[in-house]
Amino acid sequence: MDWMTLSPEEWTAVRLSLKVATVATLVSLPFGIAIAMVLARGRFGGLSLLNGLVLMPLILPPVVTGYILLILFGRRGPIGAFLADHFGIVFSFRWTGAALACGVMGFPLLVRAIRLSIEGVDARLEEAAGTLGANRAWVFATVTLPLIVPGIIAGMILCFAKAMGEFGATITFVSNIPGETQTLPSAIYTFTQVPGGDVGALRLTLVSIAIAMLALVASELMARLANRRLDIE
Amino acid sequence: MTLAIDIQHRLGTFLLDARFATRGGLVALFGRSGAGKTSLVNAIAGLIHPDRGSVTLGGVPLVDTQRGIFVPRHKRRLGYVFQEGRLFPHLTARQNLLYGRWFAPSAERREDLHRVVDLLGIGPLLDRRPGRLSGGEKQRVAIGRALLASPRLLLMDEPLASLDEARKAEILPYIERLRDESKVPIVYVSHSVAEVARLASTIVLLSEGKVAAVGATSEIMHRLDLFPLTGRAEAGAIVEATVESHDERFGLTELRSRAGLWKLPRLDASPGTRLRLRVRARDVMLARSAPADLSALNVLPGVVADIAAREGPIVEIRLDCNGEALLARLTRYSVERLGLAPGVPVYALVKSVALDRRSLSGPIASRSGADADADDR
Repeated sequence: MDWMTLSPEEWTAVRLSLKVATVATLVSLPFGIAIAMVLARGRFGGLSLLNGLVLMPLILPPVVTGYILLILFGRRGPIGAFLADHFGIVFSFRWTGAALACGVMGFPLLVRAIRLSIEGVDARLEEAAGTLGANRAWVFATVTLPLIVPGIIAGMILCFAKAMGEFGATITFVSNIPGETQTLPSAIYTFTQVPGGDVGALRLTLVSIAIAMLALVASELMARLANRRLDIE
Repeated sequence: MTLAIDIQHRLGTFLLDARFATRGGLVALFGRSGAGKTSLVNAIAGLIHPDRGSVTLGGVPLVDTQRGIFVPRHKRRLGYVFQEGRLFPHLTARQNLLYGRWFAPSAERREDLHRVVDLLGIGPLLDRRPGRLSGGEKQRVAIGRALLASPRLLLMDEPLASLDEARKAEILPYIERLRDESKVPIVYVSHSVAEVARLASTIVLLSEGKVAAVGATSEIMHRLDLFPLTGRAEAGAIVEATVESHDERFGLTELRSRAGLWKLPRLDASPGTRLRLRVRARDVMLARSAPADLSALNVLPGVVADIAAREGPIVEIRLDCNGEALLARLTRYSVERLGLAPGVPVYALVKSVALDRRSLSGPIASRSGADADADDR
């Protein structure tokens, strides 16, 4: 079973992928909830424009999204230069850039799941909370948020899975640097490009499948837990 | 506490244009579905921003479009009991009850959890979530939740509409206790004559978005000209009565009112208890002379005060029985045959069994309430 043992380089790719996907999911979560709330409850003209913008990465070829990120967040891009000069945050050719690319690609899935579950919350419950003295922030924290936990979990799992598998945007934006930006899919791709890399590609493929299964099972368990609290009538 | 309302608000083709003022007690917003009752309550609660006008509670404006005042709903300190309860499904009954209390300024927290739980009889339900409560139980928890916010005014929008007769009978006594024991004024929306006659001290009669009449409950209920709005079929007089004595042998209770003595099936109420008795117009017969050999136990002398001028085979008549109003519903044929006209002396006849628990309100022990429920079916 020697061929099953991961080499140190492969371990690095697995760990990096997990780190990138986790950071991408957690950092996009608050933005995702806020945007989903606006899309579900907002009443203004630019709503469909915002919706289109959020869904864009789902429709565009990933390479195009990666290239747009490169233009905007690259070392000399308008946003990238600003962040580097004022906050010391650099994306280009760093793992943070990979996380940004994965986050952007997973964002539509995150927002969509949360938005659907917000739309499922009876707005009359929020009204009732208002008449009982809760302002908007409290209504959200004590009524809306607890009721959309299953949707949030589903969105996070989707976003995480997307981030684990993201390839096109990442490789375009931050390239394929072992130990820094070489995530699982990039590593598999690299293996397939060199002679005798088949075994390594297969090993990483199995790892990918295992992680995906684990994420799925975890999401099922958490959704069941969240639903049990709600005794559906 | 005075509640003064003067608002105009357009909802599609419907125009709500209501103006009235009331003070304290239980004010019923009464009218058919679509009369604008719920819109009016929503305007008081701050769920609707009226196009024009003002809502003032105890001298403090909640809305005044001229002065640009609109107090947001969470700062109005009103308790709102919705038709469908609207309990938070992720919280237990206890957490639901305490939700509003938490937001009330601590100096103004008058209501105590134990007292409210006692008042509404919801002690055994506290650790359940709404999914495991019956309709009646949910509605009692919803009432408790609104009360525990220590509101300055309690709004109840058809709190019994979604419940069956047995559940209504279960909750009505609690609302009566609420009206009599707590100091909070109540605005109660209903389209049920029976509920309004039993609960209200003042009636605001709404029709097509406008206030058709405002007045004391008996005054509005006795106006023949308002029957098309208050509902002819269920029309009836409201008689204030006192328990006089009990007849143990036949299981009857005697009530005294200005109109005379009433005999009813036995009530669990001690002599001296004040009650409100609703006598439906369709349960009243009239006779020109004192009848003999009659099974009906309630024979009350009076004078025809008013006959509704209306087309059709059925006519409503208001009687003056020694200062107490009674209503009778007769065919036009009988009215002509008996030669009834204002000023003609008559006897009103009411069967005792027509007066059941549902036609009574007041401090009556709950056992009789349960008995009457069984009789109802």
